[in-house]
Amino acid sequence: MVETFYEVMRRQGITRRSFLKYCSLTAASLGLGPAFVPRIAHAMETKPRTPVLWLHGLECTCCSESFIRSGHPLAKDAVLSMISLDYDDTIMTAAGHQAEAILKEVMTKYKGNYILAVEGNPPLNQEGMSCIIGGKPFIEQLKHVAKDAKAIISWGSCASWGCVQAAKPNPTQATPVHKVIFDKPIIKVPGCPPIAEVMTGVITYMLTFDRLPELDRQGRPKMFYGQRIHDKCYRRPHFDAGQFAEAWDDEGSRKGYCLYKMGCKGPTTYNACSTVRWNGGVSFPIQSGHGCIGCSEDGFWDKGSFYDRVTDIQQFGVEANADKVGGAALGVVGAAVVAHAAVSAIKQSKNKSGNDQ
Amino acid sequence: MLSSQDMQEAAAHGRSVKAVYVYEAPVRLWHWVNALAITVLALSGWFIASPLPSQPGEASANFLMGYIRFAHFAAGYMLLVGFLGRLYWAFVGNHHARQLFVLPIFNGTWWKEVVFELRWYLFLERNPKKYVGHNPLAQFSMFTLFLTTTLFMIVTGFALYGEGAQEGSWSHTLFTSWVIPLFGQSQDVHTWHHLGLWVMGLFVLVHVYAAIREDIMSRQSMVSTMLSGWRMFKDDKP
Ligand code: HEM
Ligand code: HEM
Ligand code: SF4
Ligand code: SF4
Repeated sequence: MVETFYEVMRRQGITRRSFLKYCSLTAASLGLGPAFVPRIAHAMETKPRTPVLWLHGLECTCCSESFIRSGHPLAKDAVLSMISLDYDDTIMTAAGHQAEAILKEVMTKYKGNYILAVEGNPPLNQEGMSCIIGGKPFIEQLKHVAKDAKAIISWGSCASWGCVQAAKPNPTQATPVHKVIFDKPIIKVPGCPPIAEVMTGVITYMLTFDRLPELDRQGRPKMFYGQRIHDKCYRRPHFDAGQFAEAWDDEGSRKGYCLYKMGCKGPTTYNACSTVRWNGGVSFPIQSGHGCIGCSEDGFWDKGSFYDRVTDIQQFGVEANADKVGGAALGVVGAAVVAHAAVSAIKQSKNKSGNDQ
Repeated sequence: MLSSQDMQEAAAHGRSVKAVYVYEAPVRLWHWVNALAITVLALSGWFIASPLPSQPGEASANFLMGYIRFAHFAAGYMLLVGFLGRLYWAFVGNHHARQLFVLPIFNGTWWKEVVFELRWYLFLERNPKKYVGHNPLAQFSMFTLFLTTTLFMIVTGFALYGEGAQEGSWSHTLFTSWVIPLFGQSQDVHTWHHLGLWVMGLFVLVHVYAAIREDIMSRQSMVSTMLSGWRMFKDDKP
């Protein structure tokens, strides 16, 4: 029998009192009411730990870096007690054949019952040669492990959307997970990286309730991605008042005015930064004086400057924003109207003096 | 109702009738309410994208951006409600009320008339024709430029509105939930919604110019028709 979370925690010398505290903290961080605390405790006491296989494709490891800094719950608790992180080539001790053997073992022993967590994405061009894991293209490993998984978590903007390696012209054809795996439930946890507490929160939810968190149309957990940064931003009163920073060193910047005119993407970005914040709730980009760059949104790397409010339109091939395109069109048509009016006036006067219409 | 309307028209195309009642009161009312709403939307939309210089004083003492956005959303609702009313009138009103919504694209003569009007605007025709309703070219541009743009702005506008109103609101359910995924993300919807401002601006520029020009140069009344509903003809010739 595999140990339950509770057994593992007790074995580690955690008291029942601390365990219950942990359950209420977890409930709070998931936005659940006190009524859920006993349910979480019950689940942890009775459910065996779920094996998680964590694969790495084309990525920068920022998701792993974020994950290990989780404070509520501590990443240590998540990794050691809640899940059984059986394979994660970046942080596991085993290497080479030993590591691949574990992968195989979990896949057969827990067929259809393990969770596949993917960090990064597979490149498809050059037959996948831009990312080789264990001597094979990553796409092969991904498809192989996904086959018997219960569900897939797409960590970060790489696995969810493609991220920087998929930026135009995307030479390696880096492709997000949902565009190569179609037959499994996929939970997108975008962000570059995603917030640590969001990552552990998603895992905790899945394990305690034995189901996927409620997802939005684009496959993101609603509890963390249901609102925009702008909806909960502490600078929002300055936005509504019409008080904006206009340069990085002006009076407005010093007074902590809204960063909208500096290109803040908070109004178009779904993430939990303005509520959960970063590094254990210490701060988040806007609090540190820089606008949101929209790192959890699809294609944020290709949407023009981080510092423009009205961003460039890539479709036209040239660098121009809506105001430049529209202004030019209006100018041309305006000039045409003036010219047309002039000719019309001449014609009208000729008609008048001529044959009277 | 229709038949009498048709009789009047037949008569107008014939000889001596000098005035025909074309735009019923609801259409005229809608026209001016709609024009007002679009003016407010264009101005407030511009200042949403490029806000005015910062307001002095405490944030709690100011609400400028809030008021501008409120004006935008209120006018947005006006546009929507007006549009629905106008759509209803297309069913119950006279047949000119339908011109905005249906292009007779399978009608060869209608296309000929479009070309004729084009030639008139290009100074290739010496004398204009008489039209009781919209002239075919005007109808064409109202459908392609005005109607489609308005629909596009309503759909993208309420999709953006639903983001603020959040899940569970009618605008989120009806629009945001599918429009944002369709465009990819919210920033794209903003960009296209913003482009719509300029397309609408183009329509208004050309439309107002053409209305005034036709008022002077054509053989029928224009601006006063949108005020009183009566189309007056300036001569008796067919
Ligand atoms: C935001 C500004 C405006 C918009 C969006 C707009 C839109 C429209 C639309 C959609 C129609 C077709 C009505 C229908 O079939 O139900 C129309 C007709 C008309 N509009 Fe406007 N309008 C605007 C401003 C104006 C102004 C300022 C004038 C006067 C100078 C004007 C004069 C007319 C006239 C005379 C007609 C009737 C044209 C005809 O009989 O063929 N409009 N307008
Ligand atoms: C002719 C019609 C309209 C015009 C010309 C117009 C124009 C604009 C413009 C230029 C923007 C700024 C876009 C940007 O972020 O760059 C905007 C934003 C917006 N519009 Fe409209 N709009 C129209 C109709 C509507 C309608 C019908 C609604 C529905 C209520 C609407 C709701 C919004 C919302 C919610 C925003 C975003 C506000 C924000 O980010 O604070 N618009 N509009
Ligand atoms: S700083 Fe950004 S997220 Fe915050 S209120 Fe301003 S625009 Fe919105
Ligand atoms: S504030 Fe915006 S850019 Fe920064 S981490 Fe959050 S979502 Fe990403």
